Amino acid sequence: MTTTDTRTETTAVAPSRGARFTGAAANYIDERTSISGLVKEVGRKIFPDHWSFMLGEVALYSFVVILLSGTFLTFFFHASMTPMEYQGSYLPLKGIEMSSAMSSTLDISFDIRGGLLMRQVHHWAALLFVASIGLHMLRVFFTGAYRKPREINWAIGFVLFILALAEGFTGYSLPDDLLSGNGLRIIDGLIKGLPIVGTWISYLLFGGEFPGTDIVSRLFTLHILLLPAILVAALGVHLLLLIINKHTQFAGPGKTNDNVVGSPIMPVFAAKAGGFFFIVFGVITLIAATVTINPIWTYGPYDPSPVSAGTQPDWYIGFADGALRLVPSGWEFMLGNFTVSMNIIAPVLVLGLFIVVVLIYPFIEAWITGDKREHHIADRPRNAPTRTAIGAAGVTFYAVLWAAASSDLIGTHFHVGIEDVIRTLQVLLILGPIIAFVVTKRICLGLMKKDREIALHGFESGRIVRLPGGEYIEVHEQLSEYERWKLTSFTEYTPLMIRPNAKGKISAAQRVRAGLSSWFFEDRISPVSGTDIERSHDSGH
Amino acid sequence: MAKPTKSPVDARKARKAKTGRRSPLASIALIAIGLVSTGGAYALFTTTASADTTAAHSQLVDDGSKLFAANCATCHGLNLQGTTAGPSLLGVGAASVEFQVATGRMPLAQSGPQAEEKPAQFTTEQIKALYTYVAARAPGPGIPDSSLLQGDGDASAGAELFRINCAMCHNVAGAGGALTEGKFAPALKGVSAQHIYEAMLTGPQNMPVFNNNNISPEDKANIITYLKYLDDTPSVGGLDLGNLGPVSEGLFIWIFGLGAIVAITVWLTAKSN
Repeated sequence: MTTTDTRTETTAVAPSRGARFTGAAANYIDERTSISGLVKEVGRKIFPDHWSFMLGEVALYSFVVILLSGTFLTFFFHASMTPMEYQGSYLPLKGIEMSSAMSSTLDISFDIRGGLLMRQVHHWAALLFVASIGLHMLRVFFTGAYRKPREINWAIGFVLFILALAEGFTGYSLPDDLLSGNGLRIIDGLIKGLPIVGTWISYLLFGGEFPGTDIVSRLFTLHILLLPAILVAALGVHLLLLIINKHTQFAGPGKTNDNVVGSPIMPVFAAKAGGFFFIVFGVITLIAATVTINPIWTYGPYDPSPVSAGTQPDWYIGFADGALRLVPSGWEFMLGNFTVSMNIIAPVLVLGLFIVVVLIYPFIEAWITGDKREHHIADRPRNAPTRTAIGAAGVTFYAVLWAAASSDLIGTHFHVGIEDVIRTLQVLLILGPIIAFVVTKRICLGLMKKDREIALHGFESGRIVRLPGGEYIEVHEQLSEYERWKLTSFTEYTPLMIRPNAKGKISAAQRVRAGLSSWFFEDRISPVSGTDIERSHDSGH
Repeated sequence: MAKPTKSPVDARKARKAKTGRRSPLASIALIAIGLVSTGGAYALFTTTASADTTAAHSQLVDDGSKLFAANCATCHGLNLQGTTAGPSLLGVGAASVEFQVATGRMPLAQSGPQAEEKPAQFTTEQIKALYTYVAARAPGPGIPDSSLLQGDGDASAGAELFRINCAMCHNVAGAGGALTEGKFAPALKGVSAQHIYEAMLTGPQNMPVFNNNNISPEDKANIITYLKYLDDTPSVGGLDLGNLGPVSEGLFIWIFGLGAIVAITVWLTAKSN
């Protein structure tokens, strides 16, 4: 079903006027660009069908919505901190002095037709963008889809995630309202807490003492020029690698490590994807038309003196805010004449480490497993218990930090003291991932055992049969070959053996690697083999 | 009317005979009598009225004293002097008592981080008796004048004062916020103008006092105007999600936004299978 096929078909039958025009137009373009080779190559790219494979698409489509709505907003937004008196329609801010950025954002909200809807579309799409990237990353992680040959694309995808966070934060700070100003002040404090370079960087960034008069225009340049340019470039590479590496698929009859089963881009997938884009756009617009986001008019213009209760960043920066809130008090100390703000440095280090580990995780896992094969079959999460458990631990760690960012709201809404919330979360930050790891691993192993049991003996049918000898047995219903395939096709790993190197020595790195490898694969359930099944059938059940 | 050619007496006679009208002086006299009698009656009535008020006042103080002894004295002491369980009420004034009792915060249901709002335990008349009694024992901030509670001040001045003085505890949209050890600043939606004023004036629970030197009565009226504006104006952008800011927005996009999207992806792929 490629474009070329369609054309040969149409020449065979008497072509209609429309088809003749399409053919001529395609030929015109092809003769001048030689694009048919590319279309043939890309158009034949196959997309397997599974709901979780569409999450990356959601991110892509929200990004397109962000670009469209953002372009509209740049027509009316003034990225300037020049003070002026607000004279727009919103009564409780009339006559108040504010920056031109804030005033123009209020004008977009109240005095420009469709402006408020566009602002809300832009902001909701941004939240959905980062959320769908997060979910997409979780899908890729838990199915092991980052394994060779896709490690680099994981890293690029992760860079996209970080860029999305940066885009989000710079955008959040642009209106120069009270909430965003408070957020910037936290960032300023964070930067100033870094030893030696902190104060210098802060003065460089803000063009003097916070808040200065430059930050909005600087962030604007980053937000609409530099970051989107890098993001689009990285996105291009991400999509290109996706095409080159081909898509992963779940194991199934006829679906092997060497093929991809699904619909080709042209025309089936392209049509579906186009429709899906409008669905995503529609959902975002529906939300934006009915639910307020970032009502800067209630926040008022930024002024360094007021700090509102319940000041939070957008959800995707919440984990960083939470980390700051969870640091126990009294971690600052003096080193000679200098204050070492461990309450800032510790969370920065912990979060930095967390981010780096997530970024390079595919390489770490490949080193531990010693697996150099290509993988095009997505794992079921249960079939890789240790990886799934590591993922669950990471999610728990992130979730605790995230929850900590709303510690005050948890306190007021559940009528508990904010100190108790913080203390509980501090403990959970350490214990939670450990508990999640152990529990998840056991659940995975249990599910694998159950799968093995079902593959070998089938389902209990509930039908009790009395044998001539008087013995009662329950008849088990066997699985079909198709169903059994899904349960049995996964690879079993064994821990790496320690092998001496060329000099006949066992290096420390080798020992660490072997230790980690046996920790990774010690507890395992073997997939059911053909002989296992035959043996179980012979045994009479 | 009188013609200069005729003598006044003749003219009067003639007029009497012709028209039967009263002399203008009579009208003046009548007005004078009317004024004097009304004024006198007014003076008479007001004296009786004030006598009545004094009587009513002492009646209220009496009632209040009984109510106080029955409901408040256990913690605040029979002479308002305070006990280990509750503070002295000498000098707190009518405003404080009205606020605490009319919002149901007093009498306290149980000891806890702070007294919480609940349905008022007394009728308006009983509340009046209570605060009149407490105010009669020692002077303190009184009930605010209703002219300050109309919500007709300057909303933008009020909004600015609110951001500077109130937002750090009550949240910039008045949605409330957490304090230490389980205490909290309540949400301000739907709080009556009088209670907002009294709260600023007397500083209930953990709230600081904003006296009239700190925030003038006019500025308090401006703050009330702003809060009334927030109450009366529907959210322009749609559902306000409790005005809790990014946390509720984040939860909304994960649960409803991404939830809807995932449901759609499952639906799309289920169709094709």
